[in-house]
Amino acid sequence: MQARQGAAIKKMHELKEIAERVIKRANKRGASAADVMLREDDTFSVNVRMGEIETLKEAISRSLLLRVFVGKRTATSHTSDLSEPLTDKLVDETIEMARLTSEDHSGGLPEQSVFQSEFPDLDLLDRSWENLKPDQRIDLALRTEAAALKADKAIVNSEGAAFEYARSRVALANSLGFLGDYEGTVATLVCVPVAQCNSGMQRDHWMSAARHRSQLESPEEVGKKAAERAARRLGARKIPTCQVPVVFDPLVARSLLGHIFEAVAGGAIYRRGSFLVDQIGQAVAAPGVTLVDDARLPAGLGSAPFDDEGVPTQMTPIIENGVLRNYLHSAYTARKLGSRPTGNGSRAGSGVVTIGPTNFYLKGGSQTPEEIIASVKAGLYVIELIGFGVNTVTGDYSRGAVGLWIENGKFVHPVQEVTIAGNLRGMLKNIEMIGCDVTFVGSIAAPTLKIGNMVISGA
Amino acid sequence: MEGSKSTFLENYNVTSSDLEAYLGEALSRGGDYADLYFEYRITHSIVLEEQIIKSATKGINIGVGVRVVSGEKTGYAYSDDLNRENIIKAARTAAFIASSSAQGGRIGIPNPLAQDRGLYSVPVVPAALEITHKIRLLEEADQAARAYDPRIKQVQVSYIDETKHVLIATSDGRCAWDLQPLVRLNVMCIAEENGQRQSGYQGGGGRRALDAFTGELDPKELACESARQAILQLRAIDAPAGSMEVVLGPGWPGILLHEAIGHGLEADFNRKKTSAFSGLIGQKVGSELCTVVDDGTIPFRRGSLNMDDEGNPTHNTVLIEKGVLQGYLQDRLSSKLMNSPLTGNGRRQSYDHIPMPRMTNTFMMAGESAPEDIIKSVKKGLYAVHFGGGQVDITSGKFVFSASEAYLIEDGRITAPLKGATLIGDGPTVLRQVTAVGNDLKLDHGVGICGKDGQTIPVSVGLPTIKIREITVGGTEK
Repeated sequence: MQARQGAAIKKMHELKEIAERVIKRANKRGASAADVMLREDDTFSVNVRMGEIETLKEAISRSLLLRVFVGKRTATSHTSDLSEPLTDKLVDETIEMARLTSEDHSGGLPEQSVFQSEFPDLDLLDRSWENLKPDQRIDLALRTEAAALKADKAIVNSEGAAFEYARSRVALANSLGFLGDYEGTVATLVCVPVAQCNSGMQRDHWMSAARHRSQLESPEEVGKKAAERAARRLGARKIPTCQVPVVFDPLVARSLLGHIFEAVAGGAIYRRGSFLVDQIGQAVAAPGVTLVDDARLPAGLGSAPFDDEGVPTQMTPIIENGVLRNYLHSAYTARKLGSRPTGNGSRAGSGVVTIGPTNFYLKGGSQTPEEIIASVKAGLYVIELIGFGVNTVTGDYSRGAVGLWIENGKFVHPVQEVTIAGNLRGMLKNIEMIGCDVTFVGSIAAPTLKIGNMVISGA
Repeated sequence: MEGSKSTFLENYNVTSSDLEAYLGEALSRGGDYADLYFEYRITHSIVLEEQIIKSATKGINIGVGVRVVSGEKTGYAYSDDLNRENIIKAARTAAFIASSSAQGGRIGIPNPLAQDRGLYSVPVVPAALEITHKIRLLEEADQAARAYDPRIKQVQVSYIDETKHVLIATSDGRCAWDLQPLVRLNVMCIAEENGQRQSGYQGGGGRRALDAFTGELDPKELACESARQAILQLRAIDAPAGSMEVVLGPGWPGILLHEAIGHGLEADFNRKKTSAFSGLIGQKVGSELCTVVDDGTIPFRRGSLNMDDEGNPTHNTVLIEKGVLQGYLQDRLSSKLMNSPLTGNGRRQSYDHIPMPRMTNTFMMAGESAPEDIIKSVKKGLYAVHFGGGQVDITSGKFVFSASEAYLIEDGRITAPLKGATLIGDGPTVLRQVTAVGNDLKLDHGVGICGKDGQTIPVSVGLPTIKIREITVGGTEK
């Protein structure tokens, strides 16, 4: 354990050394400013299917994301190969590329004054995962699938179950002297059973994700919930076109929050490509709707001490009791819009800084999901949405849905091959009930939500 | 490429004996098969927005994936560099899946052979000159979109190219390499009028260099098309809700086939019997008018490949012939387990991913009807010509795709433009509803991205104008 601990410290030290080396090189080669993020993930994943291992994958992956400024011009680069000759060459090429781009007056690193050197412990790391041997990790996946297969007679097949684990280290340095690092673990357990009856097959899934071993749902729980979700879809049918109340289960409501996130991201705001542009201070949702982006949630799946530009993270209120309060910013979008960075700079992907969510969630209300369902005389409980029919510029919304038909507060039969449609502006204002069951399986989360009415298109 | 050597031999000195050593290590605990996937990928991207070049990006990804197959089990590991020790370590990790002792015997690896069937164009242009060329393309697109209409208020143009060197060595003694180019230019416009905003989007590209951007893919053409869509949407009315007759325009609406048919015919789902198409080979799933193929051998197409990511040549595979289901899309593992011939559809996102059956370029063959006659034959329906994206539930067979440009058809005439709406249908039955197929087959412009199990790959789709008797349209107007 002690030795392993030492190895982890050494790895982080190595990342920080590379980060400093790269910044030094950039300064020497004529960059007026630069920042670099290094990331190392130790990953393990196992997929099992019908009681056998299907795939087993293990690796250590590394990446370097560099951004340089030459005056008000910028360029970025990224590589998986961290060797010195290659990163030296890449620094030089990135500076050359930056000279060919345009001057952008909002460009540059975050202001010196925002950087901090002390951060709270966000409880992101659980070292006890390391005690779990490969065989035990495989066993978690096997137990999950086994639980699903025996939970219901209708479960006759499976797309499998998976256990995935990653321990990630992040180091970030810039030419203003900031040097920070953090480390975290995250594991997920997911199960995708297939149910069958005379009328056809249905699959669904359930998953649990957590940074700490003690927070992960047990394999038996995950398997059982997945099986129930798949089995209840058997015999699903189309319904006639109608206009009724719609209840979103938490995993589905999560996707709605994803669209709202896109619409409050600073990039969409300065481009005027959002249905929420120019609406700070206005009522955009029903009273009772409170939505935050909170990067400091202890052990949160989206928590981090600083963002991918080194800006300290924070809790940002987005909607308070229905009123839009803030957009989310990187240093760039904050400058564009005369605001302050909110610690949402993200370098997911190519290294260009965009806006990312931390723990972006709608705060739970007082009603249980059962109470919400019981309140519906005739309506649809949505359990899955598919397709990309959402336009965050206009708010227009039309997606394929699978659900359970509610009559007099009770589920009567499953529904498929229908769409639900509306406009996000109207949907937000029309949230009638908010569940107490906020469910985190990623950085965006929501409780059960009831929307007053939407158009369901079917037969 | 003729006569040249793979970059892995040329610049990294990876020799046949190295490959033999790595494969030997991979099979050190037994296992039926092992392969190595070497990848060296360079990407460049440039973004223009607010009339300035906002950023330029270069990416270098290099690594080796090691796969060991033992029965139905796969062990996988990779290294993020070409360091010998790290590759050996990855091979040992992947070997963990097998649990007997090595079969013994030397694996013979021949010198790597270039796979060149002339499917791509890769002209060599000095890097410094190239970036100024690329910037000019973006600026041309920006100016053309703004000149199209004063209501165009925002234009975002992005360019991305990729040069991917691949070398694959297998324990059954194959060794091949390929150099795969890919480019794409996207134009996004936002139009604004009386406080209302709408967006338009158009992109294009293929497996070429900058020579891709001529004719239909000229940056000015792409820009005007993007601007036209944004302006058109300003006067769009709410789409109808309910089941109705639908005409799909040629080209990109082929996404219907990709979602409704293609995914369900990927062999892995059928081997596991979790696809709505499981066990339907030889059965009628469509009208006689429908013949659908997946063809990875069309020159310069986004989904084309000289060889798939398991080193097997790509094919032209008939999926549906005159309405009858013919076969599945295979990768090595499924083809072995199902005892079916390979189709060259084993693909992966990159060296850190396990290959699986995927599509290449999927389209329906042309029919005989004139597109004008098809529209004339509709009394009341929907005409959809441009789509955002789609998705399918393989197991239930239900699929959706979202129209971003559609019109009402009234008494055989195209009338009001409609706001976006999702269309939903059932994969195994939708082609039975096809009542007319046009003579105007078109492939898309080269922007398709397909996602499966967290892996994205470039694909292409195509379609002639077709008429579907009834499909559910998810608008809001009852």
